[in-house]
Amino acid sequence: MASFSTTVTVDPSRLSSGDGGTLPPISAGGYGDRPDSDLPDYNTRLRRARIGLLAALTPILMLFVGFTSAYIVRQGLPTLDPQTNTMVRDWIPVKLPILLLFNTCILLFSTVCIEFARRRAKSDALLTFSTAISDGSRADEDKLPWLAITLVLGLCFLSGQGLAWRQLAASGFYVSTTPSSSFVYLLTGAHAIHLAGGILALFAAGLAALLQRSATRRSIVVDVTAWYWHFMTVLWVYILCLMEFAR
Amino acid sequence: MARGAGGGEAIMTTQESASRELHAHAAPQGFIRKYVFSLDHKVIGLQYYFLALVAVFTGMFLSLLMRIHLIWPTAVLPLVGEIKPEAYLSLLTMHGTIMVFFVLTTAPQGGFGNYFLPIQIGAPDMAFPVLNMLSFWTTFVGFVVLLAAFFVTGGAPLHGWTGYAPLSALQSSGPGEGAGADLWIISIAIFCIGALMGSLNFITTTLDMRAKGMSMMRMPLTCWAWFITAILGLLAFGVLLSGGILLLMDRNLGSSFFVPLVTINGQLTGHKGGSPLLWQHLFWFFGHPEVYIAILPAMGLASQLLSVFSRKPIFGYKAMVYAMLSIGFLGFMVWGHHMFMSGMSPYSAFAFSLLTMAIGVPSAIKTFNWLGTIMHGRLRFPTPMLFALGFVSLFVTGGISGPFLAQPVLDIFLHETYFVIAHFHLIMGVASIFGIFAATYYWFPKMFGRMMSETLGRWHFWLTFVGAYAVFMPMHYYGMAGGLRRYSQSTEVAYILNLLPLQKFMTFAAFVTISSQFIFLFNLSWSLKYGEKASDNPWEATTLEWTTVTPPPHVNFGGHTPVLHNGPYEYNVPGARRDYVMQTDPEVVKAH
Repeated sequence: MASFSTTVTVDPSRLSSGDGGTLPPISAGGYGDRPDSDLPDYNTRLRRARIGLLAALTPILMLFVGFTSAYIVRQGLPTLDPQTNTMVRDWIPVKLPILLLFNTCILLFSTVCIEFARRRAKSDALLTFSTAISDGSRADEDKLPWLAITLVLGLCFLSGQGLAWRQLAASGFYVSTTPSSSFVYLLTGAHAIHLAGGILALFAAGLAALLQRSATRRSIVVDVTAWYWHFMTVLWVYILCLMEFAR
Repeated sequence: MARGAGGGEAIMTTQESASRELHAHAAPQGFIRKYVFSLDHKVIGLQYYFLALVAVFTGMFLSLLMRIHLIWPTAVLPLVGEIKPEAYLSLLTMHGTIMVFFVLTTAPQGGFGNYFLPIQIGAPDMAFPVLNMLSFWTTFVGFVVLLAAFFVTGGAPLHGWTGYAPLSALQSSGPGEGAGADLWIISIAIFCIGALMGSLNFITTTLDMRAKGMSMMRMPLTCWAWFITAILGLLAFGVLLSGGILLLMDRNLGSSFFVPLVTINGQLTGHKGGSPLLWQHLFWFFGHPEVYIAILPAMGLASQLLSVFSRKPIFGYKAMVYAMLSIGFLGFMVWGHHMFMSGMSPYSAFAFSLLTMAIGVPSAIKTFNWLGTIMHGRLRFPTPMLFALGFVSLFVTGGISGPFLAQPVLDIFLHETYFVIAHFHLIMGVASIFGIFAATYYWFPKMFGRMMSETLGRWHFWLTFVGAYAVFMPMHYYGMAGGLRRYSQSTEVAYILNLLPLQKFMTFAAFVTISSQFIFLFNLSWSLKYGEKASDNPWEATTLEWTTVTPPPHVNFGGHTPVLHNGPYEYNVPGARRDYVMQTDPEVVKAH
C-alpha cells in the first residue's frame, strides 16, 4: 500500500534527473552559493538560528504594534455619559509605580550581563576548535557566571513586575477600572510572558551546560537568547515610555 | 592560530558532529515517531493536508445545512433537527472559520508548502524540524478547540468568522456567545501561534537552505509564493493575535477596548467607551492579507502547472515574482475597503479605494502572463492542468467583481448582500481550493508513488467547475437584486421571496458540487492502493522534486545534495536533446 514512505531505502542509481539523465557529481552539500563544505558548520547554524530569531521577532513586534495602535485609538475616544447625556473622555491616566523604574534598571543590567554571557559562550565555542591545537587554557578566563546572573535578574524583574501590579491594585487600579489601567496590565503582562520565554531559554542553555552538551550548541542557544533578551529590553523601554509619555 | 595536523582533524570532527546535530536527524523508527510526532517535513506536510481534508468536509457539511435552511427554514433534519435562526448563525460562523483558517490557510501552505518547499530548493528538511512538528500539533489543537465550541453550553458562537464586536465581546449577547465564543477566540489564537511557527520556518528555510546554484531567481514560483505567503503570515497573524487578546479581556476581565456604552435587554452591560471599529481595523489588517495567504500558493502552483503542461517557459518569470511581491505589499494597505460602511471619512475611503484598485495591476500582470504561457504552447490536459486552468478562470471571474466592491458608493449598496459572498467565495474560496486540487493531482504521484485515476479526476473537475459556477454566478444576481447575507430566512420578506427560485437553484447546485467531492475522496483512497505505479517524473517536469525517487526518501535526496544549473522552467529549449531540461542538468541553457 502506498504510505507516507519517508524512510525508503535509497538505491543511489535510481536517483536520476528525470528520465535518464544523471545528477551532476555531488562534490558537497553546501547551501546557497557559498563555498563547498561537507555539512553546515557552526557559522551556518548560527546564521540560521539568527534568521529564525529575526523572523520570530517580527510577529512579536506586530503584536505590540497592534496593542500600540489600540492604545492610541482608545485614548482619543470619547464615550457617552448616561447621566449628563454628553460625550466625555473616560481615559484616566494611571500613575505608574516608581518600582517600574527600578525594574527597568534590573532589566538593563541583565541585558548587559547576557551580552557578556553571549560573548563568553561564543569564545567557548571557538575554544572548542582551538583546544585541539593548544593546551586549551585561557589566559583571560572569566569566572563570572553571566548566564546565571542574567537568569536571577530576569526572575527579579518578573517578581518586580508582579509587585508593581500589586501596588497598582492597592492604589485602586484594576484591569477594568479605566482603559489606561487595562492597557498597563495588558502591556506589562504581555511583555512579562515574552520575557518568561527568554528565561526558559536561559534555563535550557544552563541545562545544556550542566549536561555537558557541545559548546557550539550552547553558544547558539545563548546567542539567540541574548538577542531576544536585548529585544525584550528595548521593547520594555518602549512600553514604559508609551505608558509614561503618552498618558 | 597555529594549526597542527591533529588539530585539523579535531576541528573536522567537531564541525561534523555540530553539523549532524543540526539536520541529519535520524530516520524515524516506530509508528509514533514516524507518523505521529514526526520531524520529517514530508510527514508533517501530509498531516497538514489530511487535517485540511477533514476540515474541508466538515466545512462543506455545515454549508449544506445552511443552504437547506435557506430554502426550507422549518425542515426537520435527521440528527440535526430544526435549524433555528441562531443555529444558522453558528453554522455560518463555524463554516467561515473552519474554511478560512483550517482549509485555505492550512492545506496550500502547511500541507504542500511543507512537503515540497525543502525538496524544490534542494534542502534535506525544514530549518527547524522540531518547531515544524510543533506548528502542526498546535494547529491540530486549535482545530479541536474550535470544534469543541459545538459541544459547550450555548453552542458555537454566532458572530461570524469576522468576530465583529460588540456582539463577540459580550458573553450575554447571544446563545453561542458564552463559552463557545471563548473557545472560538482561543482556537484562533492557538492557530495564529502555529501559523507563526510555520512561517518563520518557511522564511529561514528559503533564505538559508537553498541548494548550490539555487539562487532566489532560480526558485520555482511555488517557492516564491510560499515564501511571500510566510512573510504575510508573520506580519498579519501577530496583529490578529493582539486583537484576540483584547477581545478575550473585554469578555472576561471587564475591560472596554471594543465595547461602547451598550445595553442588552435594557440593562447596561457595565462597559463603556470602547470602539467596535477598533476591532474591525485590527481584524481587517489581518483579514485582507489573509486573502492573499490563501491564494498566493495557488497562484504559484498555477504558474508552475501552466508552464509544465504547455511545455513552455513561464511567460515573464521576473514579472510574476514582482507581481506577487506587489500583491503582498499592497495587501497590507487596503484593509479599509472592508469598512466603507463604518462611516469612515470619504478621503480615507477614496485612498483605500484607489489602493484596492491598484492591486488589479499586479493581478492583471499575472493573468496575462498565464495566458502568455499557454499561448502557442503544446498543451497537455491531464487533471492537474484542468484544475490549473480552472483556477485561472475562477481567479478572473472572482477578481473582476473586486473593483466593483472597491468603489465606496457601490459597496454601500452591495456590502450586506450576497454579491460579496459570491465575490470572495469565487476568488478566495473556490479558486484556492482549485489550487489545492491541482496540487493534489500533480504531486500525488510523487507523494505516494501512484497515479490518480484520470477518468475520475476529469469527472471531478467538470462537476466541480460547472457546479461552482452554478452556485456562485447566480449569487451575484441574487445580491444585486437585494438578497441580504447573514439573514437566516429569506421567506419572510416579499421582495426576497421572489428570489427564492434562485436560492433553490444555488442549493441544488451546491448539493451536486459537494456530492462530486466524494468522487475526489474515492479517487484519493482508491489510488493510494490501486493507482497505476508512477515513474519518478511522470509529468516530464524540470524542478527538483522530480529528480529524486518516488516517494522521496528521508532527507529527500538520499544523502546527496543536488547542484542546480538551470532555471525552473526550461521547456522547449532550442538545441536540447528533449523538450525539457532539468534544473540539475549540466546542459547549458541560455536564459530565454
